[in-house]
Amino acid sequence: MRRQVLSTSISVGIATGLYGISFGAIGVVAGLDVPTVMVLSLLMFSGASQFAFVGVVAAGGAPLAAITSAWLMGIRNSFYAIRLTSVFGPLGMIKLLSAQLTIDESNAVSAAQQTKEAQKLGFWATGIAVFIFWNLATLLGALAGNLMGSVEQWGLDAAAAVAFLGLLWPRLRQQLALALAGFGVALVSYPFLPAGIPILLAAAVALIPWRSKA
Amino acid sequence: MIWTAIIASIAVYSWKILGYLVPERFITPAFRAFADRVTVALLAALVGIQGFTLAGSVVLDVRVAALGVGALMLWLRAPYVLVVLVGALVAAGLRLLGF
Repeated sequence: MRRQVLSTSISVGIATGLYGISFGAIGVVAGLDVPTVMVLSLLMFSGASQFAFVGVVAAGGAPLAAITSAWLMGIRNSFYAIRLTSVFGPLGMIKLLSAQLTIDESNAVSAAQQTKEAQKLGFWATGIAVFIFWNLATLLGALAGNLMGSVEQWGLDAAAAVAFLGLLWPRLRQQLALALAGFGVALVSYPFLPAGIPILLAAAVALIPWRSKA
Repeated sequence: MIWTAIIASIAVYSWKILGYLVPERFITPAFRAFADRVTVALLAALVGIQGFTLAGSVVLDVRVAALGVGALMLWLRAPYVLVVLVGALVAAGLRLLGF
């Protein structure tokens, strides 16, 4: 069990690195310097928020708009943290650290495990693995950014989409209706709402007490 | 810009830590079930936004093919990292061919 969780965690870490390269490159092409791009990966450490921040900067948006978009994108981490609190029990000061590692990937790997023990291990191992690979990859992408051309050319935008699908996969069989609803709401609202809001709206479908198949 | 990045990082962290500071008594079983469902709804939304949107509109492009191949590989229980890598290669390859 332990082995399997660790191997999933490392696998997710490496895969995340693939689009970490894309983040680093996009950041530099958007006009940020390498230290600023690294601040985002080290301190913000939340892929969607980082892409939102860089997206606003690239579009010539004001600093306040960049901060707000990143902030709005990060709300879901709060839900993940609430889920994780019931997995962990009291954490003391360690929660300052676990908070930083609370992201899509660490929560998803944790939520896919059956026992409490495996759920804890899945969170920490994935959080640490993603932190390491994400930051190394960001640095690589930022340094190579101007040489790479577009990230689309390398398929790195598709890699990110496939990575999220892979995280969702273990939950699809039991919660297909909920997943389709979240997917649909996000896409239908996307053309009409500011960045970050469609994702939030998708979270609202979780308010409906969907029955999950055993 | 580096200070803007630092302030934005603190703003994002505020959500992360907030979730850990919610008092235990507020976390009822119903709320816990909700937080669990949120994980699924958000991941599905992220697949949608990351795979089917471009600069403000919903689009179908080579990423759909990458997701299709990815789904097939996941169904065949291929390792996660390989699935992501092949997803990138499919998209890159199709673009190289002019799609």
